[in-house]
Amino acid sequence: MRLSYSDKAVTGLLTVVPANERSFVDEMANFNFSPKRSLKLKEVMGYDRHRIVSGPVCSSDLAVAGIEHLFASGKLQREDIGALIVVTQSPDYLMPATSSVIQGRLGLHDDIFCIDINQGCAGFIIGLMQAFMLLDQPAIGKVVLVNVDVMSRKVSPRDRNSYPLIGDAASVTVIERRAGARPIEASLKMDGTRREALMIPAGGFRRPSDASTAEMVEDSEGNFRALDNLIMDGSAVFNFVMTEVPELIGDLLAQTGTQAEAVDAFLCHQPNRFMLQKLADKVGVSHDKMPSNIVEHFGNSSGVTIPLAAAFNLREQLLERPLQVCLAGFGVGLTWGAMLMELGPLEFCEMIDYEEDE
Amino acid sequence: MSKILAILAEIRPEFDFSQSHDFFEDGMLDSFDLVTLVSDLDKAYGISIDGMDIVPDNFSNVGAIEALLTRSGVTP
Repeated sequence: MRLSYSDKAVTGLLTVVPANERSFVDEMANFNFSPKRSLKLKEVMGYDRHRIVSGPVCSSDLAVAGIEHLFASGKLQREDIGALIVVTQSPDYLMPATSSVIQGRLGLHDDIFCIDINQGCAGFIIGLMQAFMLLDQPAIGKVVLVNVDVMSRKVSPRDRNSYPLIGDAASVTVIERRAGARPIEASLKMDGTRREALMIPAGGFRRPSDASTAEMVEDSEGNFRALDNLIMDGSAVFNFVMTEVPELIGDLLAQTGTQAEAVDAFLCHQPNRFMLQKLADKVGVSHDKMPSNIVEHFGNSSGVTIPLAAAFNLREQLLERPLQVCLAGFGVGLTWGAMLMELGPLEFCEMIDYEEDE
Repeated sequence: MSKILAILAEIRPEFDFSQSHDFFEDGMLDSFDLVTLVSDLDKAYGISIDGMDIVPDNFSNVGAIEALLTRSGVTP
């Protein structure tokens, strides 16, 4: 599906990561593999450190900390928020929506459109699309998009496929109307027939959690996980990304008459270094133009990785001047989307740590 | 020992890869070893194996790896 938006712009970006940092080397003993094999994997995949919550921190905690920081520093006024979009796979509750929790905790006015979207690694693209649509309403002048996940709480620490790369984080993105802004072009695809490639099988209404769903089971590769945990079919996901994403990006560039050389940065979801470098090779762009360093510094925080990649790698440039960027998100659903847009100059582009209470 | 066998032996020294026709069926490589193998082959031959080719069938034995390298434009 091709989508176009006009007169919209991202005006500010904040990321929030837990202060708690774990190292892959310290966690290797949890995995049922030799240290030598794990260290080789560390080198290839880019596993090094990841930021995860250590206590019962919820998505709304990270989001509220981020938005309150923006209020306190005068970068965002609470009365200006016309819509609050929260994209998460780790809601505080099954009901009510986490956006309602955040609205209530922040004391936002009631003349507001709050909505949750259950999306993961394509969640930044999906959230921006929703924000652009809401901004077509004159009553809404400023949209706050929150991408947030605390998925480390749902990943088995003995699962070498997922645990070394998982990260927790939130981002707060402000989107507004901007007359004369360059058109934003996007493409989005979904395939629910491949929904089991990334899933948490238990805990919903289809399979409520009970003692049996908490039982750890060893898979054929020596990983231990339960039905309550995130399960990722790594081979299927890799194949999906290599098959679908280069074509999606290539088609979007071709349809918009954009040369890859004219794009300043390809900001993609950050599953691991190996996959991103293979993706860059397949798209035909240099590894420098497609940052792949978020997993090694922070871990993979689902829909937050694109804003993290922007803030971590391009903060100074984004504060100074517009960059032509191609965003690409891909993951659970399965869902894959790409967006060509001008990003910057931003009013703020900041990264903060979240300190947990003792 | 061939270059390919040397790379395989470095990844999993406990196995004799020259005697197997299917490294995955025989439990000698898993999906993460495959990633390591691709990375090592890329470096050894100065190539980037196409992401679409990174499937177990192309790495299941020495002959399959040789065929893939040939398709990738290098001499195994």
